[in-house]
Order: sequence, then C-alpha cells, then structure tokens
Amino acid sequence: MGTRSFLAVLAVLAVIGLLAFGLLNKGATKIAVGDPVPDKTLPKLPGPGQESIADYRGDWVLVNLWASWCEPCREEAPILEDFYRRNRGRDTTVLGINVQDNEDDALAFLREHPTGYPQLRSVGNERSKAFGSTGVPENFLVDPRGRLALIWRGPVDDRFLAEEVEPLIEGRQ
Amino acid sequence: MRRSVLALALALCLSSMAPGAGSAAPQPVPKTTVNEIEGEVMCPVCGTLLELADSPQARREKVFVAGLVAEGKSKSEVKDALVDQYGEEVLATPEASGFDLSAYLVPILAIVVAAIALAYSVVRWRRNSERDGQSGDGKPARAPQGEDAERLEADLSRYDL
Repeated sequence: MGTRSFLAVLAVLAVIGLLAFGLLNKGATKIAVGDPVPDKTLPKLPGPGQESIADYRGDWVLVNLWASWCEPCREEAPILEDFYRRNRGRDTTVLGINVQDNEDDALAFLREHPTGYPQLRSVGNERSKAFGSTGVPENFLVDPRGRLALIWRGPVDDRFLAEEVEPLIEGRQ
Repeated sequence: MRRSVLALALALCLSSMAPGAGSAAPQPVPKTTVNEIEGEVMCPVCGTLLELADSPQARREKVFVAGLVAEGKSKSEVKDALVDQYGEEVLATPEASGFDLSAYLVPILAIVVAAIALAYSVVRWRRNSERDGQSGDGKPARAPQGEDAERLEADLSRYDL
C-alpha cells in the first residue's frame, strides 16, 4: 500500500471513529428499574437552601420532572398535590424538579399551582439528561433505598397513581 | 383664600414647566435587538436557533429575551442571563468538553494536516521536476539533445537575420 493510500485509509478511519464517538457520547443516559436514582444537590424552588433526593432516603419519593411551559405538567400538578396529601403520612412524598425553564416562569407556575411538596430547580437540560429524559413531564418512583421502582415517561393521572404507584408503596406488588 | 388659590395656581404652573412633567419615566435605550440575540442563541429543548424555533419553551425564552432587551441590557448581559437560566447549552457555540470539543479540535487538526500535505506535495513536486530535467523555476536545466537539437537549430536558422 502506497503512502497516499495509507493516508486516505487513515483519514476515513478517523472520520468513522469521530462519528462513532459522537453517537456513543450523545446517546441519552439509560436508566432502568432497580438502578440507583440519578441524584444531585439542587437549589430549592423558591430558595433559599438546597436538597437532593438522598435527603428523603427511607421514604418513597415520586420524582416529577416538569416545566412551566408544559401543558400536561399543568394538568398533572393538582393530581400530584392530591396524591402527596393522601400519602404524606405513609413515608411517601413527591419531589418536583423544574427543568428547561427560567426561574421567574417556574415561580409563576407554582403561584398558580401551589404545592405542599418540595420543589427543586435544575438549570437547563442537565437533570433531564441524567434521567435519560425525552420531554416533560416524566415521573420516577424511588424506593426507600434510593433505587428506581418505576419509570413513567409522561404525565400521571389518578388511575395510574392508584394502579401503578400505590401498590408498590403499599407493598402489594 | 385668594392667596391660597394663587399659590395653588403657581404651584400647578411650575410643576407643568418642570422637565419631564406630564410624560412617563424615561425608557432605557435598547443596546441590542431581539432579532440579533435570537439569531445567536439556541432553544435548548428544540436544539435549533431560537429564531427558527416555535415551541412553547422557545416562546417563553423569546419573551425573556425581549424583556431584557427592553430593559436596555447589552448583548453580552442578555446572553449571561440566558446562561444563568437555561445553562451553557443556550449559547449557539459548542461546549469545550466531551464530544463538542471536537468542533474546536477538528478544524485545527485539519489545518495542520493540510499544511503537512501541502509541504509534502511541494517537496515532491520539486524533486520530480529536478529529476525530469526541470529546475524549480521552469527553465530547462539541460540543452536539448538529438532530434530536438536539430529541430531547434532549423527553427532558429529560419529566423536568423
């Protein structure tokens, strides 16, 4: 093989390598039931203070990723609040994480839909990527050991909470 | 009574003559435009330039930008505020880490490779030229031989004055 051919092959291999690296690197994070929940200390919304999912170790935590501009998030907010009120005495909480949003809009959303459960704020897409999220809202049930018990990539409703989430919390599944 | 009416009239008269009276508070002068910013930042959810995006998130981001521009913020101040709210991904420039780093490294690497290839080609071309009897400046290095020499002589003799 001549020098010229060798250089051409090298260039083609370099391009293929770069594309492969890009594909592997850009792929969404894969999480599965049984995995430890992706966690990070985040600022509370509204502040001051910071919290993480680990602060609720020992409780069941329904993590809800939401954004103020997301219409289904608006629809599920009262359902989540109702679920929280019914279950907070049973070592269960809901934890909202605001993503892909600006803070003023997020706060306006919470004034419109007040929640008794805690809210955290993640700047940009960082938490969405950590959860392998494809949009908002998405919901993740975390067991008392900090492992994912349920992944639901969409809005919740009363039926879903009653049939899928509550049996896990009650140990019926 | 008459004196107080006169004093009130004078006060009203003076207040109407005061600079800026009767008009709203001065508006800040915009230092940039919404279009300029929207052409240089991203809608992070859509992955496109903000000016091309029309998703619900993009619409909220546009309102946010318009508000800052109306407040008289400069382009860099608006971009800083966008990064604070939406993260580095809002800038239409690749991150200097991970795979995005290749956006900076690949052009540099390409220039270096092109320079090496060019230098190699020039050296090779000069070497070939010398081997073929051509000097680097294109002039013949050796006198023509045999048939070529005879033909040259004949041509030259025709123009001999």
